[in-house]
Amino acid sequence: MKKKKKDITIRNGRVVDPGNGIDEVTDLHISGGKVLALGQPPENFQPLLEIDATDQIVCPGLIDLNVNLREPGNEHKATIASETACAARSGITTLCCTPDTLPVIDTPAVVGQIRHKARKAGYCRLLPQGALTKNLDGSHLSEMAALKAAGCIAVSNCYTPLANTLVQRRAMEYASTFNLLTIIRPEDQYLCNNGCAHEGKVADRLGLPGIPEAAETVAVARDLALAETTGAVIHFHALSSASAARTMAWAKREGRKVSADVAIHQLHLTELDLEGFDSNRHVRPPLRTDSDRDGLRKAVAENVIQAICSDHQPHEADAKSSPFPDTEPGISGLDTLLPLTLKLVEQGVMDLSSAIARLTCGPADILELPLGRLTPGYAADICIYDPNRQWHVSAEQIHSAGKNTPFTGWEMPGRVTHTLLKGRLVFHEERL
Amino acid sequence: MSDNTTFMQADGVESLIDVMAGKIWTLINDKEIADPLMVGIRTGGVWLAERLHQELGLRDPLGTLDISFYRDDFTRIGMNPEVHPSDLPIPVDDRHIILVDDVLHTGRTIRAALNEIFDYGRPASITLATLVDRSGRELPIQPDVTGLHPSLDPDQHITLIGPEPLGLILGAKTNRTSRGDEQDRDA
Amino acid sequence: MSLSNKALQLDDEQRLLHFLTIDGLDRSILTEILDTAEGFTGVSERTIKKVPLCRGKVVANLFFENSTRTRTTFELAAKRLSADVLNLNISASATSKGETLLDTLRNLEAMHVDMFIVRHATSGAAHFIAQHADPGVGVINAGDGRHAHPTQAMLDMFTIRRHKGEFVGLRVAIVGDILHSRVARSQILALNTLGVSEVRVVAPQTLLPSDARSLGVHVYHDFDEGIRDVDVIIMLRLQKERMRGAMLPSEHEYFSLYGLTERRLALAKPDAIVMHPGPINRGVEMDSKVADGSKSVILQQVSYGIAIRMAIISMVIGTQNQRTQEVAV
Repeated sequence: MKKKKKDITIRNGRVVDPGNGIDEVTDLHISGGKVLALGQPPENFQPLLEIDATDQIVCPGLIDLNVNLREPGNEHKATIASETACAARSGITTLCCTPDTLPVIDTPAVVGQIRHKARKAGYCRLLPQGALTKNLDGSHLSEMAALKAAGCIAVSNCYTPLANTLVQRRAMEYASTFNLLTIIRPEDQYLCNNGCAHEGKVADRLGLPGIPEAAETVAVARDLALAETTGAVIHFHALSSASAARTMAWAKREGRKVSADVAIHQLHLTELDLEGFDSNRHVRPPLRTDSDRDGLRKAVAENVIQAICSDHQPHEADAKSSPFPDTEPGISGLDTLLPLTLKLVEQGVMDLSSAIARLTCGPADILELPLGRLTPGYAADICIYDPNRQWHVSAEQIHSAGKNTPFTGWEMPGRVTHTLLKGRLVFHEERL
Repeated sequence: MSDNTTFMQADGVESLIDVMAGKIWTLINDKEIADPLMVGIRTGGVWLAERLHQELGLRDPLGTLDISFYRDDFTRIGMNPEVHPSDLPIPVDDRHIILVDDVLHTGRTIRAALNEIFDYGRPASITLATLVDRSGRELPIQPDVTGLHPSLDPDQHITLIGPEPLGLILGAKTNRTSRGDEQDRDA
Repeated sequence: MSLSNKALQLDDEQRLLHFLTIDGLDRSILTEILDTAEGFTGVSERTIKKVPLCRGKVVANLFFENSTRTRTTFELAAKRLSADVLNLNISASATSKGETLLDTLRNLEAMHVDMFIVRHATSGAAHFIAQHADPGVGVINAGDGRHAHPTQAMLDMFTIRRHKGEFVGLRVAIVGDILHSRVARSQILALNTLGVSEVRVVAPQTLLPSDARSLGVHVYHDFDEGIRDVDVIIMLRLQKERMRGAMLPSEHEYFSLYGLTERRLALAKPDAIVMHPGPINRGVEMDSKVADGSKSVILQQVSYGIAIRMAIISMVIGTQNQRTQEVAV
């Protein structure tokens, strides 16, 4: 074989590729931007670059199903360039961005603009979600065929409610015509009733307007029924309640075409963390009870919830500098996605292979994309991290433009040392 | 307070009070004050005033002042957690007042007490009686009647203990506690 | 980072730095507030109705929500302590013009204000201001959203202690819109901290928090049962907008079920007292005969409110003063 420019060998790392059932210390060879082989290289393979991954974990690059990069429209919070660079540092090689930008991602032009910016930055594969309705107005269907042709991998109406269940049904039907995944944030707007915290003992005491668990469970039940009627493939984003997770387990047993993800902070924080009104813990859906967190952890461990996402919502300081209910919800989550998931392994929630699966092949399978595995011929999107390095979260350690993290001071396991996108090194840690 | 020594026992204090009562009697007669109103400053001043009030057989009930709200060191030491209401049961307007305190040191307590009395009304006169008149004055205030003039070092501290039996103790000046040490309020 | 209520409100020596919520305060500090207020009750009866304790201090009444009554008692309390008072009624429109709460705060701090007394429609607003205020500036919560109204609760405790002597053994019923009431939340915390034997809440399910029992109360839907043998009855104000709609069908039905009448009052202990944070909706929350009757202590609540607020203002200013001195040394 002729020596090619992009030929790389990652030596002696512990390769964890859950999608292919691999967990062993070996070499990984990359050629032409694609995975070439594990173990023995083909004859005459002479890599230009060798990365020593001794004592490190080598896994597929992470896929984050749900991020808001704020561009276009809110570049004072974050930009595609700033957040894709942060993703690369965090071992994330694929980002699915939500359509709630300004303007909304509801035309091929906006899709094109976003993809162009991402390519120019060059850190990360950016896959936009298109708007389910025009301008997210909740009543008029978007041009989904055109959006798909322009590169959208799914459609969603984000947090904006649809006008009624009839629109919901037709939107699902129309999306399924083009084999477009419908991503739903299940939430009944009337039950939400301008709440900002889980309706329960903490909100009762703090006097915070509550969002009942039923706001989610009602919507999950409704949308499962509509999906069955329409035959559409749907995906629930950011489940927050154990009850919704149990419904998902039932749907899975029934063989329904439905998947779900959870935001990583929901697997660590609960309503109890709202004491003191820390606005960095203001999230939507709200942090719920201990038993909700435990139920979600169980569902993730059992693969009832197939993906863990960051639900990245970077904010400028002002957005969080108000009394709790008046602040904008969301956590800047890219930097902490991998370490917080590894923390679940430390805490015995699941094994390493399952944890990596929820960040790689799990989301890839939801999107039905040939990503998230180290299968020969697949794009060489790779994350290498040192599992023995601990670090503490602080504003300086957060590389997203949004410093709004509730995990300040937490000790995090695992530090990404190299990230490769299509066989190209997009991040490597400068060793002192 | 472990290194305190007794300065005077109860019988000594009681006889000083007798002497003070006699001096007050003479003074009010000289000034032709018929019906004085006696006011004690919390806490030691009230113990003394109760005894003097009885010995002199005064007609009107005894008044008590808690100068916590008038202290000039509030901004340094904060609110006294053991504040009691002042109680002046009779209007002070045009009355001759005998103000009683245990130890006259810097004069700041008396300054505060005078201010407080004037917030209740306009007395005809105020006569000051203190058990101990010690050195260390920071304000131009002098007693009209006093029981004792001990000679003390600036870092010595004399305190009336009570209410039963009364006694005077002497100790090195304790560091001011931030929570409003009653004995230190004169400083 | 957020501090616990205790860490935010108390210094190392357990003295009040801010007064934001009853939550996190123990019985000794609540008792200290009540005792200090006793000292201030006489001030209103003097020829000169003020003491020089806070002379030269500037207290800003920062009211983002209109309330003439509460603002007036705070103003009077501060003035009786000889503080200078700034009254700022900041309408919602001013803040929506782009000036944030922090901007407002910084502007006032530039005028060397020593204390903020804050009322705001949003839960957590007073916490937010306390967390962002300069060191040495105390914050008192005069009502934030549904969260807390701790000075109102303390004046209610003062009123109860004046009438009942102590808290141990008392049964207290709080009646009405618990869900939206910051007053009820603070009262429940204060009553339980001070050791009453039972706190009851009486309301239809639509006016109760989702998990009312977790607040430490017994829940009654039937007023006749809930009022039986209680020592203290606290009636809450029902906002007009809640009276018709999905919360309650009508004023008429509310009064028939939850209005305090002489007949119902007879079910309580013979020496029971009736309280209300005001202003009363006569004929909705209670009958006029009860409001003006011998068991009503509603007007005393108002006058005790000044002494309680004098106590809290002076305690907070005293602690903050000392803190700045310590920093300066």
